[in-house]
Amino acid sequence: MTPIQYYTALSAILFTIGALGVLTRRNAIIVFMSVELMLNSANLAFVAFARSFQSISGQVFVFFVMAVAAAEVAVGLALIVAIFRTKHNINIDQINSLRG
Amino acid sequence: MLIDWIIFLGLALVAIASGLGLLLSKNAIYAALNLIVNFTAIAIFYLVLAAPFIALAQVAVYAGAIMVLFLFVIMLLGAERLGGASTLRWQRPLAVVLALILIAETALVFINRSGAAAPIGAVSADFGSPAAIGESLFSAYLLPFEVISVLLLAAMVGAIVLTRKREQKA
Repeated sequence: MTPIQYYTALSAILFTIGALGVLTRRNAIIVFMSVELMLNSANLAFVAFARSFQSISGQVFVFFVMAVAAAEVAVGLALIVAIFRTKHNINIDQINSLRG
Repeated sequence: MLIDWIIFLGLALVAIASGLGLLLSKNAIYAALNLIVNFTAIAIFYLVLAAPFIALAQVAVYAGAIMVLFLFVIMLLGAERLGGASTLRWQRPLAVVLALILIAETALVFINRSGAAAPIGAVSADFGSPAAIGESLFSAYLLPFEVISVLLLAAMVGAIVLTRKREQKA
């Protein structure tokens, strides 16, 4: 069994890649996908610690995170579609006013 | 012991490479496909970590439902190549510097605090099974479970309201 520290290190690396994606990419859909990558790296840490402490609660929390991520993606993509209809653009540098 | 390391390092390599693929690919479709590979690699990590139910939920919900939604919206909008360079010139170098600081601090904590690698005890055969998760979900975590169901309903209604075509202009 690989020690749990290596799973946390991998989780940190994936989280950094996701954060870098949010900061550098301008396509709103790719920014969303980077957020999913960050959520997923947190899930990996949850499951690794659940295995380490032999507690099922970590896995239940991963289940909740998945449900929240699904809700977030549904609303977020609906927002992107609505913005694209009015502005014909999803570059997040161009979306800087609340008016439609 | 050796087989554990081979599985871990191979999967970690796949996960990091597909993460970088998401970060660097110009085409949004390729980014989505890279993310699917990443989710699958992490699902196999869940299997190794004695979480079979979470692993299958990962494949079904993340790699299945969520990524299909992403690909559908990318193709619906024709947004494969939208979103060029940033208008702020200093943003990209600053982002790289901040990410390097984040990873350096994590490495510092990892080196200073990890100590000797603690051996992980074996778990019982039904640890992480659907029955065990369900029992915990419907006893200790019943209230969060119900709140999540309300959240999913609200998200569904919100998505429908946002994408509906308006009958009359307000």
